[in-house]
Amino acid sequence: MSDAKRGDLAQIHKIVLEPDQRPDNLPSCTKSVPYECWIKGFLIDENANVGDEVKITTFIGRELSGILYQVSPIYDHNFGEPQKELVSIGNEVRKQLEKS
Amino acid sequence: MDNSYSPVMSRKKEILKRATGIDYDKFEISPITFDYEGLMNSCEYSLEDVQRILQETGVGNTPLVELKNLTELVRSISLPGRGGRIFIKDEAANPSGSFKDRRAALSIFHAKKLGYKGVVAASSGNYGAAVASQAAKRGLKAIILQEVYDSRKVGQPEILEKTRACEAYGAEVWQLTVGPELFYIMLRVLEETEFFSASLYVPTSVGGIDTLGYELAEQVFQKEGRFPDMAIITHAGGGNVTGTARGLKKAGSHNTIVVGVSVDLQGLHMASDIDFNRKSFTTGHTGFGIPFLTWPDRTDVPRNCARGLRYLDRYLSVTQGEVFYTTELLAKLEGIERGPAGNTSLAAAISLARELDRDQILVVQETEYTAAGKLPSSQLTFAKENGIEVRRGDPKENIPGKVIVIPERVDQIEVEDIDMEKIRHSYIERAMKMTESYVPTQEDIQFLAEDSKTSFDYVRETLESLNIKTANSTSRLVRGREA
Repeated sequence: MSDAKRGDLAQIHKIVLEPDQRPDNLPSCTKSVPYECWIKGFLIDENANVGDEVKITTFIGRELSGILYQVSPIYDHNFGEPQKELVSIGNEVRKQLEKS
Repeated sequence: MDNSYSPVMSRKKEILKRATGIDYDKFEISPITFDYEGLMNSCEYSLEDVQRILQETGVGNTPLVELKNLTELVRSISLPGRGGRIFIKDEAANPSGSFKDRRAALSIFHAKKLGYKGVVAASSGNYGAAVASQAAKRGLKAIILQEVYDSRKVGQPEILEKTRACEAYGAEVWQLTVGPELFYIMLRVLEETEFFSASLYVPTSVGGIDTLGYELAEQVFQKEGRFPDMAIITHAGGGNVTGTARGLKKAGSHNTIVVGVSVDLQGLHMASDIDFNRKSFTTGHTGFGIPFLTWPDRTDVPRNCARGLRYLDRYLSVTQGEVFYTTELLAKLEGIERGPAGNTSLAAAISLARELDRDQILVVQETEYTAAGKLPSSQLTFAKENGIEVRRGDPKENIPGKVIVIPERVDQIEVEDIDMEKIRHSYIERAMKMTESYVPTQEDIQFLAEDSKTSFDYVRETLESLNIKTANSTSRLVRGREA
């Protein structure tokens, strides 16, 4: 069975510029790595596996091609962990207001 | 067509002319001078037109809220009689959750009027979401280009949230790695799609913000019978300062002190793959704020309509820790939970209010929405994961990219004045460098004076100190010989 079929939400990956195609005025840590990009859309190919060259229709209907990177990618940014440096601030300033 | 880096960059002028609908050459007067007001008025929208257009998509007319508890807290640490009243313009009430809707609203309306089928914007921040949202409302397609990841594919939580928001509004989003080649991609996409460039720096983008300055002046006047003493504005590319200051003037609020504020990220390189994830703030910081004052035309259009130096009376920095602390104060004391980046100017207001008398009024002119990724807990979690030390202490011990110090007490919040004199000097020096052999005329000196909010004599003396000869007349000379 393949990873994705036609119509699935898919994310493609493209190398936009290889390091030697990037401008010379970049910091060396940036110049030494490729310039990459990821774009989401719906798979056009009948079937595909991660790593295959595929075509997608983007959310605005444009056709783009790239390497299939992920199928049904999720948003995994979150609210973070409780921060001990922050949690007591509210009570500290409330106390100060009560004093004044 | 050759789509490699240099050929695309060399087609920049034609691409942008088609993509903005503006022939920038028409406004060029000399290598230094251009007709700024002419360019600003080139799209022919009056303030009333802009207000009406914004209203059509539910943008603007946001509440102005007095932060009474925060003001009380400031007074408790101020000298007797001191502690100005702090008001905030709750811009998070705009459709996509920030003042950036004002910038997007007019540009998208204009793009549609000119017959473009879609718009392109390069923004990892609230502006991208604003463009996507306004485009959805007006039935245009939107492509948003974002600098999201470092070479490990690790992305700032705040920017990941922006990707989600833009996609929620139906935009095609390009998530890119670190690099100034964002502009190259933008040119390629503009050329390929023939869409409108919803650059942050076109006249319509800055013109939309005029309504913010105008509204806040009017709201304060209606409540208090007078105009605000100070408007405090988070500064990055210059649009927020420019539009707000222009709007204040249009409302007749001529004596309001215009204060710009950026988060201090000095020492971090904005194009560095390594530094990229060592910061918690992705905009509103000195990494954009200072270079955009000293060289406003460093943008994605030939002439930048956002010219902060023209309007700023004072420019300040605050630390990341002070802004996170302030974000907590706003939530806990005022019941208003908003995104940290939008609270940059509020952190400064806490410090500035201590300088003012009790009857004086400071307006913080924005807030922004908060969400997963865009709040202190997620941003500090990310900072710690990326090797940043986070602790309570004196914010003076803050080191951008190394240590975030959350203040222990509110009186430790203290703005740092950025030397405007030095900035004005480097602005003039940069203008000379950019035009190398050209000899500035009297007209150029006048332009530089207006553009740096100085005087004719100030510019002349600065040029003398730089050993730059000037022409006595308005005729054009090339340095060393007559043109």
